Amino acid sequence: MFSKNRKLSYSDTINETLDHLLATDNKILLIGQGVKSPWYVGSTCNGLYDKYGKERVLDTPISENGITGVAVGAAIVGMKPIIVHPRMDFMLYAFDPIINQAANWHYMSGGSSNVPVLFWGIINRGGEQAAQHSQSLYSVFAHIPGLKVITPSTPFDVKGLLISAIKDPNPVLFVDDRWLYNITDYVPEEPYEVPIGKGIIRREGRDVSIISFSYAVHETLKAAEKLASNDIEAEVVDLRSIKPYDKEIILESVKKTGRLIIVDASWKTGGFSAEISAFVAENALEYLKSPVLRVCLPDVPAPSSGVLEEEYYITHDKIVKAAMKITKLVKK
Amino acid sequence: MPYNKAFLTGLYRMMKSIRLCEESLIEPILNGSIRCPVHLYSGEEAIATGVCAALDKDDYIFGNHRSHGHFLAKGGNMGALIAEIYGKEKGCSKGRGGSMHLIDPEHGVMGVVPIVAGTISLATGAALASQIAKNKRVTVSFFGDGATGEGVLYEMLNFAGLKKLPIIFVCENNLYSTHLPVNEIRVDSKISEIAKPFQIESITSDGNDVLGVYEITRSAVEKCRNNNGPFFLEFLTFRLRGHVGPSDTIQGTKTDIRPQEQIKEWKKKDPILRFRKQLLEDGILSDEEVCELDLKCEEEVKNANLYAHNSNFPDKNELDLYVFKKQETIL
Repeated sequence: MFSKNRKLSYSDTINETLDHLLATDNKILLIGQGVKSPWYVGSTCNGLYDKYGKERVLDTPISENGITGVAVGAAIVGMKPIIVHPRMDFMLYAFDPIINQAANWHYMSGGSSNVPVLFWGIINRGGEQAAQHSQSLYSVFAHIPGLKVITPSTPFDVKGLLISAIKDPNPVLFVDDRWLYNITDYVPEEPYEVPIGKGIIRREGRDVSIISFSYAVHETLKAAEKLASNDIEAEVVDLRSIKPYDKEIILESVKKTGRLIIVDASWKTGGFSAEISAFVAENALEYLKSPVLRVCLPDVPAPSSGVLEEEYYITHDKIVKAAMKITKLVKK
Repeated sequence: MPYNKAFLTGLYRMMKSIRLCEESLIEPILNGSIRCPVHLYSGEEAIATGVCAALDKDDYIFGNHRSHGHFLAKGGNMGALIAEIYGKEKGCSKGRGGSMHLIDPEHGVMGVVPIVAGTISLATGAALASQIAKNKRVTVSFFGDGATGEGVLYEMLNFAGLKKLPIIFVCENNLYSTHLPVNEIRVDSKISEIAKPFQIESITSDGNDVLGVYEITRSAVEKCRNNNGPFFLEFLTFRLRGHVGPSDTIQGTKTDIRPQEQIKEWKKKDPILRFRKQLLEDGILSDEEVCELDLKCEEEVKNANLYAHNSNFPDKNELDLYVFKKQETIL
């Protein structure tokens, strides 16, 4: 029943999905800086203000803390707001409404009140934008009880996960990456759901499991291609959501390959890669043939100079090196 | 007085119930059977009572750490409040929230939290939702003088002013930001002035005069319902108990820095005694009727405490029951 031969970019898919959502439920609001302007949010919000009007699509003052709280408050009384932060770095002003309020709300009300809000934080890095325009801060939010975090890597998944997130009665954080916006793939026109917390095998392999999500999945797939020509078959697992995350798919893959690399395009210390590593250590240590390796950003703020950026960001070459290394390692 | 007896009696009874409810917690706090931090509302009853009397059941309120009075005045159940403070399953938040996190959507108590200024933006969001839904609901955001130090208040004054939202910002100025007098935390101690640059009508008035609070709020509510919001109301008041607990005595050290003379002066302005005097002088109520009302309030508080005592503590196996709301099947 799906139209299988239509291609769409990641950012146009977000646009189409938001359009679909706004059309089907008048409780859905789109709030945030730049929703009227492609300068902030790429093509993701094109045409929505004109189509749905200023009551449903609200471009706002630069007041991240307050406006995010406005979205949370509207959700508490029954709306379903989507609140966008065109650069995730600025979303740090909104820790209070996201963490103190929305994430705790259902629990501290003993179940009598819930917050169906979708927070949307865009990672907008590269291009010598440096420390305060480049941070990928999803791990911090995955730490918080009561908050779900989705990190889709493909146009197909971004549509399905956004629809699931809007239907979810809990606060959900959607983190995307501007580096994903031009990726193009088949996207059905009809609405469909991708369940939150369900990963997917992007490529099967027997030698090493490489766990990844969001933009890093694409570098990992390129690496797997190169590894195959060196006779190393990597299994690429895309988690798609990091809270909750798909524990089964990780265990099954690690049990099959006996080796684990985690590729996380954020900092290493205390990051989500450490969670996966600890989870496997707790549950499948006996299956590991070698120590776990992580390919992450160094514990350094994002630099400006292009020369330093090249050193800083994850490339498929770095993943290839890690895989070459791990397949030679043995557990002592 | 241009009000009927039932209405005036209702105001008196609400203030008295709140006071007796608060005072019934003193002994259990001192003997350790209440362990959750409790910020008593004693002395400030006229504000919650007067404001909520001007609201409909469907209107929304948001509050702060000192919100027992708001909860009760908006129609929340006293037994459920006390049970919550004891950490019991029959509490309004099933023992998961405690005194500082009271949520009772059924009565329009949409949320009170202890993060200072934490609900101001939520209240503004509720008002935005009402404006979009055109349901004529009005939202009241209660906060204290201390919250005027938080940036989010100014963000929301701007946004509410910009969108002309049906919200009433109610600042309960009890003259102390925990341990600091207002003039040590603000350049200008007349708080209502902060609304002016945002073109929000504002006023400072006596927060211990329940009828005065009611009248000012009623007029603001009417204007909000007719799309002429928002409003900013500053009510001057004084707490008769500690910032937290019965008094600001911590491990034997008296930390209440408020001058004895000031405390004495404000005790004379006790909103309940004042209103009682007024009702008696105007011949609205007789001495016997007042005594009868007081007895009814005592009975109500006794029963509410009994309800709390008779409730069980939450089941340990249900520690994680409310982290996420389960998705309802959508047909």
